[in-house]
Amino acid sequence: MSRRFVTIWFRHLLTDWFTRRQPHLRNTPFVLAAPDHGRMKVTAANASAQLHGIHAEMSVADARALFPSLLVLDDIPELPVKLLTALGHWCIRFTPITAIDPPDGLILDVSGCAHLWGGEAPYLEDILSRLTSFGYQVRAGMADTIGAAWAIARYSTTSPIIPPGEQMACLLPLPPAALRLESAVVERLLKLGLYQVHNFIAMPRSALRRRFGQQMLYRLDQALGHEEEAIMPLQPPEPFQERLPCLEPILTATGIEIALHQLLAALCQRLTREGKGLRTCVLKCYRIDGNIQQIAIGTNRASHNPAHLFKLFDNKIATIEPALGIELFILEATQTEDITPAQEALWTSHSGLESIIVAELLDRLTGKIGPGIIQRYLPDQHHWPERSIKPAASLEEKPDIHWRTDRPRPVRLLATPEIVEVSAPIPDYPPMLFRYRGEIHRVKKADGPERIEREWWLETGEHRDYYTVEDEEGRRYWIFRLGHYDADKPHRWFIHGFFA
Amino acid sequence: MPEKKADIIAQLQKDILLLQGLKPTLNSAAVDVGLGPIKNAFPNHSFPTGAVHEFISTAAEDAAATTGFISGLTGCLMAGGGICLWVSTSRTIFPPALMSFGITPDQVIFVDLQRDKDALWAIEEALKCEGLAAVIGEIRELSFTNSRRLQLAVEQSRVTGFIHRHQPRSVGTTTCVSRWKITPLQSEAIDHMPGVGFPRWNVELQKIRHGQPGRWQVEWSAGRFQPVRKVAPVLPQQPIRKIG
Repeated sequence: MSRRFVTIWFRHLLTDWFTRRQPHLRNTPFVLAAPDHGRMKVTAANASAQLHGIHAEMSVADARALFPSLLVLDDIPELPVKLLTALGHWCIRFTPITAIDPPDGLILDVSGCAHLWGGEAPYLEDILSRLTSFGYQVRAGMADTIGAAWAIARYSTTSPIIPPGEQMACLLPLPPAALRLESAVVERLLKLGLYQVHNFIAMPRSALRRRFGQQMLYRLDQALGHEEEAIMPLQPPEPFQERLPCLEPILTATGIEIALHQLLAALCQRLTREGKGLRTCVLKCYRIDGNIQQIAIGTNRASHNPAHLFKLFDNKIATIEPALGIELFILEATQTEDITPAQEALWTSHSGLESIIVAELLDRLTGKIGPGIIQRYLPDQHHWPERSIKPAASLEEKPDIHWRTDRPRPVRLLATPEIVEVSAPIPDYPPMLFRYRGEIHRVKKADGPERIEREWWLETGEHRDYYTVEDEEGRRYWIFRLGHYDADKPHRWFIHGFFA
Repeated sequence: MPEKKADIIAQLQKDILLLQGLKPTLNSAAVDVGLGPIKNAFPNHSFPTGAVHEFISTAAEDAAATTGFISGLTGCLMAGGGICLWVSTSRTIFPPALMSFGITPDQVIFVDLQRDKDALWAIEEALKCEGLAAVIGEIRELSFTNSRRLQLAVEQSRVTGFIHRHQPRSVGTTTCVSRWKITPLQSEAIDHMPGVGFPRWNVELQKIRHGQPGRWQVEWSAGRFQPVRKVAPVLPQQPIRKIG
């Protein structure tokens, strides 16, 4: 399939943006200026200022000489790239692959898109009329190559659409600057009297290379389609993506639900065919007014069950604000995983971690309340109690070491150990009694000490000597002394947990 | 003749239970949680699975004892690779300790929530899910209406639920099948060895639907519940007096 590109040229990108924000500037000549080598230099001039002969690169003093009541506004650096990126994202409604072309252009790869709008002419017309209605002065070009489309948008006076394969003919009458050459090369060409492309295109390539450099030949080849030109898409296309353009703007929740059902059915069919399931999924709704609303879900286990996925989305549909209406839905599976085909007939009663209904239950919980509420723990190779467990990354993850059972561990562990006052008969003996929250517990039975060293490669501090103690009422505690016995430092005993 | 009478009484009791609406569990579905003599308190002499049990605890030590008792019961229900969901609003459970109560800690999924309302919703959703062996909920308050919702959920799915209420403001009435209160009991030294023995609890079954409430003393040793045998207390040895 032949490729087609559209380039869009914003003639007054910055000043149009200022006019959009401040409509009273529409008919006032104004320029944007930035300091440069100790003087103010014009960086952009709007259309009515240009009528007075003011152009970029001029100093503000010169511009004021031409038009004394000129309005000078401060330039915002980096604004063009920001604006183009936003506009590029907005243009995703026309094609999935859009790229920015700083300082004032966009490149769209529209291969196979135009027929959805009923042909190339209405397609380009739609793009231009919408951008114009935003208040931007735009020109566009459509051709087989980016170079040709770029030249047409900026320098052609005829039709903006070049039929496939005719880029050579349309380039011939254009000036050399249309080939995206460096300004020094363009100047040299003009000095030699080569005002149009047809003056030099027939010259021997070796002569051109010698006089104007390899870059010029490269640009010429790109424009003619002999060289491939790559663009960097703003949004890399997702492999699992479904689009649903709407004839009429969608306003109601029911409409969104119907759209979601259709998209999920198509997406899940494709996932099933390729043996995959999705872990995260995003529904993007492109609104008429340019806003993009999106809702996202995540699953605990890869799934391609449309009913279940719909249930996860269902909670969030209410958060979409359709405003004037939604004209395009895009459903993207941002993260997918291989899925093992389920033997549903035999194993529906299976009640393990592999069970699908459990995974779906967990999805419902996270979907309603939020991520991060579900924890599962695996043993970790540390003796230090707080570090002896680690959260599992997924439901399938198996422990790589065995759970230890050789040491007593309390059923309830305090998040931070609490200070207790203790009296011990002699150092390194279990305490006789201790006071915890104002109550005195007399120790009747005790086990220990179990010394746990701090892991010096992770943190510094003193070791802990743990004792299991039972008081006269049978209540069992896990208490420890921090470091060695030291008569000078009181309050070194802590309670860390409760045994069953 | 007395044997025959006992048979008749047993049959009549079963008939009464049927009339009262208790569905007999199939023999294969009945799980022996190894409660020994406590079994006689339950209807049909089997631990009611597919129901919601309520536990009340006041002090932190009681909560630990209750957790141990629930873990023991859950461990029996989870035997055979089941998984359980542990829903709580303020969790202090230390998973490695569950190993000694017959639970593989990586088979437990913890759900930590901020509000009681969310926790109740999560417990209800979990109780509706047939793929779970047990659901443990740690919440403070459980109103009659909420307990009825949980009861309706388990009637469909036959999942066993344990609701552990720590320091509830009011105990109130609930539709739970039982209400337990577990408190720690002094452990017995093994063979008069020094140190702390196996966990022991005072188990108080305050309410049981169609059953007989009661009190027992239970020890958890060798991986199962064992009734505490009354052992004659060992007299403290007379200190040896130095002579001369």
